[in-house]
Amino acid sequence: MLKTTPLNQSHRAMNAKMVDFGGWDMPLHYGSQLDEHHQVRNDAGMFDVSHMLPIDIKGDDVRGFLRQLVANNVDKLTLPGKALYSCMLTPQGGVIDDLIIYFLSENWFRIVVNAGTADKDAAWINAKRDEIAPGLEILPRRDLAMIAIQGPNARAKVWQVISGAQSATENLKLFQSTTLNNYFIARTGYTGEDGFEIILPADDAATFWNELHAAGVAPAGLGARDTLRLEAGMNLYGQDMDETTSPMESGLTWTVDMKSERDFIGKQALTEKPVTQQLQGLVLLDRGVLRSHQKVVAQHNDNEFEGEITSGGFSPTINQSIALARLPSQISVGDEVNVMVRDKKLCAKVVKYPFVRNGKVLIEQ
Amino acid sequence: MSNPTHLKYTKSHEWVRPEDDGTVTIGITHHAQELLGDMVFVELPQIGRKLAQKEECAVVESVKAAADVYAPIGGEVTTNNSDLESEPEKINQDAYSAWLFKLKPDSASDLDELLDATSYENLLENEEH
Repeated sequence: MLKTTPLNQSHRAMNAKMVDFGGWDMPLHYGSQLDEHHQVRNDAGMFDVSHMLPIDIKGDDVRGFLRQLVANNVDKLTLPGKALYSCMLTPQGGVIDDLIIYFLSENWFRIVVNAGTADKDAAWINAKRDEIAPGLEILPRRDLAMIAIQGPNARAKVWQVISGAQSATENLKLFQSTTLNNYFIARTGYTGEDGFEIILPADDAATFWNELHAAGVAPAGLGARDTLRLEAGMNLYGQDMDETTSPMESGLTWTVDMKSERDFIGKQALTEKPVTQQLQGLVLLDRGVLRSHQKVVAQHNDNEFEGEITSGGFSPTINQSIALARLPSQISVGDEVNVMVRDKKLCAKVVKYPFVRNGKVLIEQ
Repeated sequence: MSNPTHLKYTKSHEWVRPEDDGTVTIGITHHAQELLGDMVFVELPQIGRKLAQKEECAVVESVKAAADVYAPIGGEVTTNNSDLESEPEKINQDAYSAWLFKLKPDSASDLDELLDATSYENLLENEEH
């Protein structure tokens, strides 16, 4: 039996093609994944991301607990409402999950974790709470829904729908959030476009979804979500990193705070382990489509090196195939590499990613 | 969308149209394009290539996945629809006019083994259940 979000009937009413996404019955697209992709880049689209799990952590000194639990430093969160992206690591330095932490008050932080890892994350966080901070409450919030509204016109459309939202959120900077009545509104997302992620009571989700639709926000499925995040150079857990890879090998060095004295789970392992490979962007020069798990072969100083594509696909904005690939550190931006696609060796170029942000192509073509 | 009755079909979701000059035209079915979603890449067999029946001979890739196309019958490729290389979305728009390639069959009687529209639709119904 597949799990369903509070918007399941809404998706079906909009003729979504539904798929089994890690045990959740989710919309892949509502007709055309490409149209939905362009809709988000050029106007505004909405995604049901209620399969992701908000977990509230409440009690005395939540901050002290999170200082140890996650690799980024929650001391960067000084202003209430501020958000922080971080990995949660195993003692061996592997990535248990990537998550966003919202600082609501000193005795209430909210983290949002991936759907596929939600149970594992909750069990891990509970176990660490028991060890480190037994007084804290860990509250998984399956009573909430989450809708991401993304695109250059996304905020304006939300302002049309929620009365009072404009004055409450127009001064929010990126990675800030606020609460308005039943709505928790964050200026965050997974598309490389401006917009909001809004958490609200599950019972209100379908009405809000329909109001957004009436305001001209098109529904977008998981298909478009994947091509948008890939263009934006954002990692996908389970593909670009997992418990067997460190954040440093996964393009997430910027999210790990090694500077402060603070100790966190996995820190020692990261200090001891040399980094021999890195996540790089690829643009395909030949015709074809890059896909995850394809082998990459590269030459450097007459030696041959091998790597692997972690996420690949067709970029609708660039109209060419792009990928993230884990490559040996000898290979750098500007190098040309070969990708094994079926029985062929296709030529690709290593580029600095993100590929696309705020509607603009950032790579040279 | 119904499947034209003047075409033949395969279990692997190709359609085949016998032409007056003895060649056959081959494409993928409406059902196949619907399963794959938005097409972004097509790789066609070279003209002159000799194909055995059920040989992998073309690739269609959508945003979602890559799928092999198999030769419905044995024969030699006489031409291919290279327009699709720049406009693969034509397959989504009308799978029965966006043909992939034409074959000169080794044996015209091989066509008799293929499915007619009714049998193909029965197959689709069984796949859904």
